[in-house]
Amino acid sequence: MLTAIIICFGLAFFFFLFNKDFGERILKWSPLLPASLLIYFLSKGNEVRQGALQEFTPWVPEMGINLSFKLDGLSFLFTLLICGIGTLVYFYSVNYMKNHPHFIRFFSFLTLFMGSMLGLVLSDNLITLFIFWELTSISSFFLIGFNHQDKNARKSAITALAITGGGGLLLLVGFVILGIIAGSYELSVLIESGDLIAESIYLPIVILLLFAGAFTKSAQLPFHFWLPDAMRAPTPISTYLHSATMVKAGVYLLARFSPIMDGEFYWNEILIIVGGTTMIYGAVNSIFKTDLKAILAYTTISALGTMMLLIGIGTPAALLALAAFIIVHALYKAGLFLVTGAIDKTEKTRDLLALGGLMKHRKLLFAAGLLAAVSGAGLIPSLGYHGKHLIYESLYNEHSSFLMVILGLVFLANIFIVCASFLAGVKPFTGKIIAEQKPVNPLSMFLLIPPLLLGVGGLIAGVFPAFIEKNVVLPVYQSLSGKSIDPAFHLLHGLDFVSILSWLTIIFGLILYFFFKPSLHYQNTLNHLSKVSSRNLLKELIDLVKKLFSTLTHLLQNGYLRYYTAVILVFLIILIVFRMYTGFGIGFQAVEGTSIRFIEGVTIFMMVVSIVMTLYTDSRVVSVVALGGLGLGMCLLYLFFSAPDLAMTQFAIDTLTVVLFVLLLRNLPLYLNKVDRRLNIKDIMISGIFGAIITLITLEVIAVQSSREISQFYAENAYLLAKGKNIVNVILVDFRGADTLVEIIVLAVAGLGVFSLIKLKMND
Amino acid sequence: METVLAILTGFMYAAGIYLILRRSLVKLIVGLIILGNGSNLLIFLLGGITRGNPPVIGENESMLTGIYADPLPQALILTAIVISFGLQAFAMVLLQREYVQGGVEDFDSIKEEEEAL
Repeated sequence: MLTAIIICFGLAFFFFLFNKDFGERILKWSPLLPASLLIYFLSKGNEVRQGALQEFTPWVPEMGINLSFKLDGLSFLFTLLICGIGTLVYFYSVNYMKNHPHFIRFFSFLTLFMGSMLGLVLSDNLITLFIFWELTSISSFFLIGFNHQDKNARKSAITALAITGGGGLLLLVGFVILGIIAGSYELSVLIESGDLIAESIYLPIVILLLFAGAFTKSAQLPFHFWLPDAMRAPTPISTYLHSATMVKAGVYLLARFSPIMDGEFYWNEILIIVGGTTMIYGAVNSIFKTDLKAILAYTTISALGTMMLLIGIGTPAALLALAAFIIVHALYKAGLFLVTGAIDKTEKTRDLLALGGLMKHRKLLFAAGLLAAVSGAGLIPSLGYHGKHLIYESLYNEHSSFLMVILGLVFLANIFIVCASFLAGVKPFTGKIIAEQKPVNPLSMFLLIPPLLLGVGGLIAGVFPAFIEKNVVLPVYQSLSGKSIDPAFHLLHGLDFVSILSWLTIIFGLILYFFFKPSLHYQNTLNHLSKVSSRNLLKELIDLVKKLFSTLTHLLQNGYLRYYTAVILVFLIILIVFRMYTGFGIGFQAVEGTSIRFIEGVTIFMMVVSIVMTLYTDSRVVSVVALGGLGLGMCLLYLFFSAPDLAMTQFAIDTLTVVLFVLLLRNLPLYLNKVDRRLNIKDIMISGIFGAIITLITLEVIAVQSSREISQFYAENAYLLAKGKNIVNVILVDFRGADTLVEIIVLAVAGLGVFSLIKLKMND
Repeated sequence: METVLAILTGFMYAAGIYLILRRSLVKLIVGLIILGNGSNLLIFLLGGITRGNPPVIGENESMLTGIYADPLPQALILTAIVISFGLQAFAMVLLQREYVQGGVEDFDSIKEEEEAL
């Protein structure tokens, strides 16, 4: 199993390397990949019926993350869908995507998706499952936005990624909590430690997080809106990802967990309510759409709702119905999608109002559409008939008044679904020819065969249901409950309540179909009604966040240098003051300092005057002179307090600075007197407070006796080790000689910079 | 004395920052210089100040004993003085070029120019 997934990922990458001509030639054979995988998995069918197949490869065993895979009934069902529908979709895409500039990229993404989806349904480790889960979201993102020149496609892709990816992250949190509770990330271990999980106080959180992941992925209310948007993807993608496989990942996950979660903390109630609402919402919406793909998208949402509902009911009969319904839905919905794609390709439109009478030229395609619609509607003897019958039966046989209400809702939803199936599969072929096509575009066999196969397959499976039941449906139930159950499919049921209901659904649905005329009017009314929707809510939320951060950014990043400096300083002040309050008390410890001498006082006074002069002067010359005075003052201070080397250096550097300044002065701008009084006061406050803080800190530090160990080492060893008597010099050129070398390099670089800036001649 | 010098240091910091916060290019340089001197004084002060005892070993001695000024901060400051000169020189030339080439008189006009692009 690991090999199969690695082959998919490897090929996905490998396809990228092809050049266009070679790629187009070789990718014609790409349907062989899912086909051979299908054969591989089919060959395991016997073993699956007897029990699960397991594979184990350690990955990060220290953290409990392993590449462990398990093929049981439920996984088997999904792998068959992935590979089976996959084969048809690959086959179909070879023609559908022909001449597309990114033909190769398409197959690369498609293969990446197939690998991830296989990994998702086969993983027995929660963390690996999560990785594959997000990989499907990512490949879905690429495929929805495949026509990336289209702005709306990009937008839809981002919406889908945001919703499914976000849900996936919540799911990860749930997985981690589960892993902590049970002490293992292995699904098979988790399923067995159901009691441990049931007792945990974190169970409600886990359940809600699992729901968050599953409901976003499977487009349940109120997260449904990404799915209709995702119809911007090429039709084979809508068929494969957004109807047959990926959107069912949420269903898969919850079905997987249903053995341990069933009956815990509102699990069933939430599923029934959310699933039921989604089912009705999708069904009602579907018939009011005029875009064929939109109709199919909403029926898909409705079907996903039904699946959630069935998991919520959780009885053996419901689980059986679920397994059957997943197959039914995949077959007929993929068929309808592929028919729609073929129509779109030849007629250049998918608008129901602009299509009609296609039967005349497209007899075989009509047959495919009709078969799919019949299966979707649940007419005998299609597979859909059995699916619907099982659902009704599972609800009716419990004899609970609550479930009877649900049965009523399912009945209602199904009437709409019957109508929508016929709208999508039959309507374009019947009636008057609206757009006369001259000449009729030829329909490639590649586009015709896959939907026809699906339709015929559904019919055959419907006539001989026992084969599918024994090999696929029953193992699903077995994998979930650990028990086997007797076959329940019958071609002809007696004239009981459920059968009557089944027939009534079809009759009402067909009445609705014949009397209901699709028009833009309904669609607009519906759009009007859905002003307050989760989609708009999300949009508002995104806008709000954007606005908030753009305001914040403009506030902090307004492009004025002084403003940045001020922000940094204010923040620094806040930090230091906070630390002063909490860290150490500010006490004015009396510094037992040296007394002040007259000459020192004069020097300090001179420095203060210089500084004040630089602050107040309007003349650049005056400020240069004042700077000179300040430097000289520093020089004297060093001299007074036993630092002759510093005094000398300061003197030399100060002179240089002043000289340089004077040299450049001619080419420097005049002082501007653009003083905003309010701003000025603010700046005075900032700098004043900062200066005061520095003074305080200095006084604090002076009061603390510092250790002089290092200085003592230098004092004792300067002559003995380095043969130098001036200790400062010895430190610089001997003990820390390498540092000084680096300093020289820095200075040299700065000098180079100065030199080249002066010599630089701008070309513009 | 220490207290007075500590206040002087704070004042130099305040003045330097105030000048850096101005719009003028030249004031930025002046502010940088004052700030640099202020930090040197800060380091000097933190090492403790001593009068008339430079860290130089006497004529016939082989090591320094008794009271002497701390050589470590002095070495640091010596480095700092030189490096800050490098910085100042570079800043000066850079701003001068900006003025001569771009006609930029103050920092706000840099921003306005960028927005115009």
